[in-house]
Amino acid sequence: MSGETSLIMIIIGAALINNVVLSQFLGICSFLGVSSQIKNSAGLGGAVIFVITIASAVANLLYTFILSPLGLDYLQTIVFIIVIAALVQIVEMFLKKTMPALYKALGIYLPLITTNCAVLGVALNNVTGGYNFIQSVVAGFGTGVGYTIAIVLLAGIREQIEDNDIPAPIKGAPIVLFAATLMGMAFYGFSTLG
Amino acid sequence: MNKNLERIYNGIIKENPVFIMMLGMCPALAVSTSVTNALGMGACTIAVLVISNIVISLVRKIIPDEVRLPAFIVIVASFVTVVELIMKAYFVELNASLGVYIPLIVVNCIILGRAEAYASKNPPLLSAMDGIGMGLGFTFGLVCIAFFRELFGNGTLCGVQIMPESFQPVALLIKAPGAFLVLGFIVMVMNALHIKTEANRRVESAGCEAGCAACGVSDKENCEKKEAKA
Repeated sequence: MSGETSLIMIIIGAALINNVVLSQFLGICSFLGVSSQIKNSAGLGGAVIFVITIASAVANLLYTFILSPLGLDYLQTIVFIIVIAALVQIVEMFLKKTMPALYKALGIYLPLITTNCAVLGVALNNVTGGYNFIQSVVAGFGTGVGYTIAIVLLAGIREQIEDNDIPAPIKGAPIVLFAATLMGMAFYGFSTLG
Repeated sequence: MNKNLERIYNGIIKENPVFIMMLGMCPALAVSTSVTNALGMGACTIAVLVISNIVISLVRKIIPDEVRLPAFIVIVASFVTVVELIMKAYFVELNASLGVYIPLIVVNCIILGRAEAYASKNPPLLSAMDGIGMGLGFTFGLVCIAFFRELFGNGTLCGVQIMPESFQPVALLIKAPGAFLVLGFIVMVMNALHIKTEANRRVESAGCEAGCAACGVSDKENCEKKEAKA
């Protein structure tokens, strides 16, 4: 029972309390760049959930069975980034062959994910946190969900304010940053959950 | 102006990575809670940026075009690991407060961006200068954000009490949302002074779906092609 509770806590922690975008500042580039429409943000979010979950699993296996026993912990940054880059390529090819519909939906966002720091950040955090295989996968999934929630919400706000009369100096980047500030404050309220 | 100095000026002012290009946002927002952190992060980034720029420039004619991005990532990751180990050995406290953001220098858009846009096409000395300029520009941006966050959020600068005792710190500023707020205000002031930022141009045009083109270097070319067609 306690095992299940802690897994649920990991998901809530990763998705809401320590939201990857709003409190850890990972994946900001795409958060600000690809959030002008809900449809695209949701697509990117889906792709991120998919890749982060698989990447966490693979990174955990590599660390537990290869890097750690051989005393090569210090190579983790290099190994993880290569694994993520390769993984994104493989996922892309695999989806293209087996699930054309999903590939069509996620396709253009997949290459962007290699440089999304959220993926590498989660892999590294899992090692630092000493998570086992299941916990890593769950933490990865939760982080992906948190990313999707944040980017879809921001896209929703941006769609609403698109036609508003915004003072010239705040147009563009500043209004998006202010919206992110308010979202961050709202999410900060979740910290009492932990 | 001297060509080498021109690169440095370009990095700090004309193409400032944080304020004008809006690159490397993740570390810029995450570690700007204090000026000390900002300087530490800046120093690490400069070290990685300069060394990887020099090495990439030296091997630019050997690496086949098709595998250049993976090769760049491996080179950058190696030097990040070196910096990480040095930090762990000699700067334990700073390393603890920067945490996961040190290894994350690997995915800092600025480094891969400069490798692709500059070092892979220019000789080593100029690339080194470009690295120093961009690195200083990044540090400058970080310190600017950290200055306001630490001064008003904590009443200190580099850990030294500046504000009078009666000053009530705006705790929000050193919390996560404060980073967005301060950056938003800085960009707003720049807009008011008619300094055009790259990100603004991107947000306004919104033509290029890969707004992250800046990050996803691999996608940059496609993106530019698309724009050229349109």
